[in-house]
Amino acid sequence: MATGIKDKVVILGMGCSKFGERWNCGTEHLLAEAFQEALQDAGIEKGQIGAAWFGSALDRANVGNSAIPMSTALRLEGIPVTRVENMCATGTEALRGAVYAVAAGAVDIALAIGAEKLKDTGYGGLPVTTKGTLNDLIMPYSSAPAGFAQLAAGYRTRYGVSREDLKRAIGRVSWKSHQNGAKNPKAHIQKEVDLDTILNAPMIADPLGLFDCCGVSDGCACAIVTTPDIARGLGKKDLVTIKALQLSLSSGRDVGTAGWDGSYVRNTRIAAKKAYEEAGIKNPRKELSMMEVHDCFSITELVTMEDLGVSADGGAVKDVMDGFFDADGGVPCQIDGGLKCFGHPIGASGLRMAYENYLQLLGRADRRQLKNPTYGLSHNLGGVPYSGVAAISILGLLAH
Amino acid sequence: MSEIGIKSYAAFIPRLRMDRASIAAAHAWSLPALKASGKGERSFCNWDEDSITMAVEATRACLAGGSKHRVGSLVFASTTPPFADLQNASIVVNACALPASTATLDAGGSLRAGLSALIRALRTREDGDAVIVAADDRRSKPGSIQEMQYGGGALALHLGSGGIIAKLVGSASSASSFTDHFRAEGEKYDYYWEERWVRDEGYLKIIPESVERLLKEAGVRADSIDHFCMPATISGAAAAVAKRLKIKPEAVVDNLASKCGDTGTPHALMMLAVALEKATPAQKILVVGFGGGCDALLLETTDAIRSYQSASSVSAALARGVTDKNYTKLLSFGGELDLDWGMRSETDSKTALTQLYRAQDQVVSFIGGRCGNCGAIQFPHLVACVNCGSMEPLTPYPLADEPAKVATFTADWLMYYPAPPLYVGLVQFDNGARVLMEMVDVDPAKFDVGSALRMVFRIKEKDGRRHFNRYFWKAAPIY
Repeated sequence: MATGIKDKVVILGMGCSKFGERWNCGTEHLLAEAFQEALQDAGIEKGQIGAAWFGSALDRANVGNSAIPMSTALRLEGIPVTRVENMCATGTEALRGAVYAVAAGAVDIALAIGAEKLKDTGYGGLPVTTKGTLNDLIMPYSSAPAGFAQLAAGYRTRYGVSREDLKRAIGRVSWKSHQNGAKNPKAHIQKEVDLDTILNAPMIADPLGLFDCCGVSDGCACAIVTTPDIARGLGKKDLVTIKALQLSLSSGRDVGTAGWDGSYVRNTRIAAKKAYEEAGIKNPRKELSMMEVHDCFSITELVTMEDLGVSADGGAVKDVMDGFFDADGGVPCQIDGGLKCFGHPIGASGLRMAYENYLQLLGRADRRQLKNPTYGLSHNLGGVPYSGVAAISILGLLAH
Repeated sequence: MSEIGIKSYAAFIPRLRMDRASIAAAHAWSLPALKASGKGERSFCNWDEDSITMAVEATRACLAGGSKHRVGSLVFASTTPPFADLQNASIVVNACALPASTATLDAGGSLRAGLSALIRALRTREDGDAVIVAADDRRSKPGSIQEMQYGGGALALHLGSGGIIAKLVGSASSASSFTDHFRAEGEKYDYYWEERWVRDEGYLKIIPESVERLLKEAGVRADSIDHFCMPATISGAAAAVAKRLKIKPEAVVDNLASKCGDTGTPHALMMLAVALEKATPAQKILVVGFGGGCDALLLETTDAIRSYQSASSVSAALARGVTDKNYTKLLSFGGELDLDWGMRSETDSKTALTQLYRAQDQVVSFIGGRCGNCGAIQFPHLVACVNCGSMEPLTPYPLADEPAKVATFTADWLMYYPAPPLYVGLVQFDNGARVLMEMVDVDPAKFDVGSALRMVFRIKEKDGRRHFNRYFWKAAPIY
């Protein structure tokens, strides 16, 4: 009988590079930057790492196939290193691999690291990729914002929200994240943006304007994980532990049958339910201290509030407008600035979110520090709302 | 064997219409004389329409009503076939989901190729029903008079026995090396000789000779012709030919010059369709085609014309037009102007021909599957059912003619698309199938979740390196 991951694995150390347009850094520099911080934080030598997982989503725009570019960049010699790719859930997948290896007793200490170099393409937005030989023949080549923008049509149709009210609510989602990101020295975009600018920005994919879309950045984040016993043996006192790690993927139902109305993301709902069960969370709106969710686009974040059960169905617009997710709200969301301000170097994002939850739980979040957080949730959404992957991790403090 | 004749016809004219005054205005600095022809509108293909896609739409409409299984042959006539060596007619057959046993042929080489194919089919009385479909997407040099005169379009005719609306009376043809215009292999544009010579030595001599021979053989007087269909861009040419032949002036059928322009190979048939739309029983329709000689065809309508209604008449196809004044759109869609679409347009669109063939029923014919266990209709069809996961074999289920609605959509301004924005979303078929599709011909003011959609065959991607265009189905609103 499966017992879940709760409290079996702790984080020994984490690192996160400065995110942004790192014109003078290649992926190897970003990897080294985050890794060095994590090693120092963990207080171990590189040679103590028994296995590693490397998340990178776009091989051609980044460092190519396999984990070899990462093992070479960090000079990891003779240990198992695996590259994982699962669209925007890639970073969380790397963490999952490392955490499961430790929980299985296969290794004592494992590394999860995710990096993406998006700014070597010569243009804004994500690189254009093919979708496979059959899909290239039958699937429209739409952009990422076009995939998520469809949530807006579905949401306003289901709940009878006007175009204007929804536009304003998603605009406020971005406004709030910019407020937070302005306080984060590692964020790509560290500035506040007023709501009028957000609402009047050029259209990218109706109704998403420029400020409804996350940035495009280079970045890397990593975690070194081990068992609670080993961590204590290394002298660690306050331990951040994995409370839940869940993943849900589409079977094609929503894109291929009539059931889905476009107003929610099924994968998030399934992964959230399992994650809350695994972590022992009964009322997320009350128990979660903070959330780092996949705000690739503002409409995604708004819908995710309902999918995670923090807002009631149809209640996210009101919660957003009431400031429930602001830094001083009921459950602060994107306290580090989110993808909105960090950008979305795909392989790194899941680990970057965990990094903020980790800092907050240990009281190391500086000007962004929340009061006595207990649970931090992170959430990734890969693909598109009707065909994709959702990943959720919940971190918390290990009881002494 | 019962008499063979025309059972049905259908026209397709691209929805886009270029305002000719806008063309003239763009050239006013250099070619002010064009202002004189800057009247009315001409049809032009969207970036994703070509002779094949137009032929498919015309053929589908022509065979609407369930007579596909009787089709034994199909001729695709065009001087602008997308492929020089790869049968265009076969693609039309597959896209229309006609029987694989259909005998196919590409005809071309002259603007009268469509009429020639019709005459041949009526005279040879082949087994099974025949489809003659003509289509052209004509290129013209910017600033040329042809840019004003040309249009795009397609016309399909369904021939067979039983319930025919028009029957063969007679035909006559001639061959001549009279060269009013030509386009050498590999060239983009047509080259024309002086109009006055073409009219006086060409139309007014070559056409009357064939027509007089035909009328004499058929024993029909010229003044008994009710409808005279003669495609010609030279103003007044058809009336002059009619006068010389002593055909009643009121019998001359409008050449659609001001409405859609000269569509080329389909144009003689397009004018025949105009005549059939107006005709009453027992009327005589004379159609001529010109180019490297002449074809003349005499038809007589039957009683069945009284109750016949085309699924897409020429007047209906004309009425679907939307006027556009952006001259650079005509240039860009026609390949005359290479706009800077940015780095996102630099992707390679090489088609895996093995994959295309494996999935041709899905990609070309838009055939989905119906689950043998739960009955769910789905596209694409993989091995396991999208609804119940069963691996019971799926039975083929055509989706091209199934009613559907918008489930979700957006207008994508980020992704490279030759006619931005790219409309994309989930298409919900009434039968339960759901497909993520490109949406085209969208009028944003009249488009939302729940809007009714129909399926259209279009170019999905153009391969700029190998020029093998991918065709697939898109969803268009029903206006």
